[in-house]
Amino acid sequence: MRSGIGTRILGTAAVASLALLAVMALVITPQDVNQLDAVRFLYIHVPLATLMYVAFGVTAIASALYLWPRYRARKWDLLAGSSAEIGVVVTGLVLVTGSIWGRTTWGVYWTWDARLTTTAVLFVLFLGYLALRRVGGDVDARAKRNAIAALAATIDLPIVHKSVEWWRTLHQKSSILDEETFLHPHIHGSMYWTVMLGIGAFLLLFSWLLVNRYRLAKLEDRVEDEGLERAIAERRAEADAMTGAP
Amino acid sequence: MTDVGYLVAGYGITFAVLASYAAWIVSKKRALARELPPEERDSRWP
Repeated sequence: MRSGIGTRILGTAAVASLALLAVMALVITPQDVNQLDAVRFLYIHVPLATLMYVAFGVTAIASALYLWPRYRARKWDLLAGSSAEIGVVVTGLVLVTGSIWGRTTWGVYWTWDARLTTTAVLFVLFLGYLALRRVGGDVDARAKRNAIAALAATIDLPIVHKSVEWWRTLHQKSSILDEETFLHPHIHGSMYWTVMLGIGAFLLLFSWLLVNRYRLAKLEDRVEDEGLERAIAERRAEADAMTGAP
Repeated sequence: MTDVGYLVAGYGITFAVLASYAAWIVSKKRALARELPPEERDSRWP
């Protein structure tokens, strides 16, 4: 199966912008006064964290649409599952890059800080959601169960975001994603624009991944249906052969 | 440059994981498409 021209353009744009991001992040931008070169983690860690919110946000919206009888369709369940899987991969990378960055600035890979802990909980919750999607049952009942589990797990998303304000944390306050810092960012010049480039590049990548993962989910669904239909036909043929029916 | 090892590890893991995940999606999509008859392969977005 070949991808459409739109998907190929999206993929090319994602790769090109990620290559530009690597050059900007590792070569062009200056050192930070306090963190020196460890500040370069900012250019992947913050975009990955933004992507985590977007991916699980898409999962929550698609799940809510499935539960809404007026909009109920199989595609929302498949879209929710696809976005959640990408979200889990990205959240894993948020934890890894944050952990390495923490080692260079805090001196430890891990501490039970509110932001780190709530993010780890989010990772585990959506891992559980992905495991739940594999549990069998009627298609509609499975999809409803998945949607309720996704919405329950999404409750942790605003808690992750607000954790640096609600508790005293080692993790710094939000760099970009709040009203105050979005209008008056704490970082300036090439550093600010490189973070923005990172967010744009990772959003392009997310779009490409989501389109392709969703297509894969639809194929998996069809293969499962085909297998079921084939099995039913085989059982009927066996039954007919035993009873001598034509 | 300071913290070179940490930066290589962080950027390396990130790009390697994302590239591997993208490659897995594409290869599995192609493998599954081969299992279906041609008229069933269309799985356009959305």
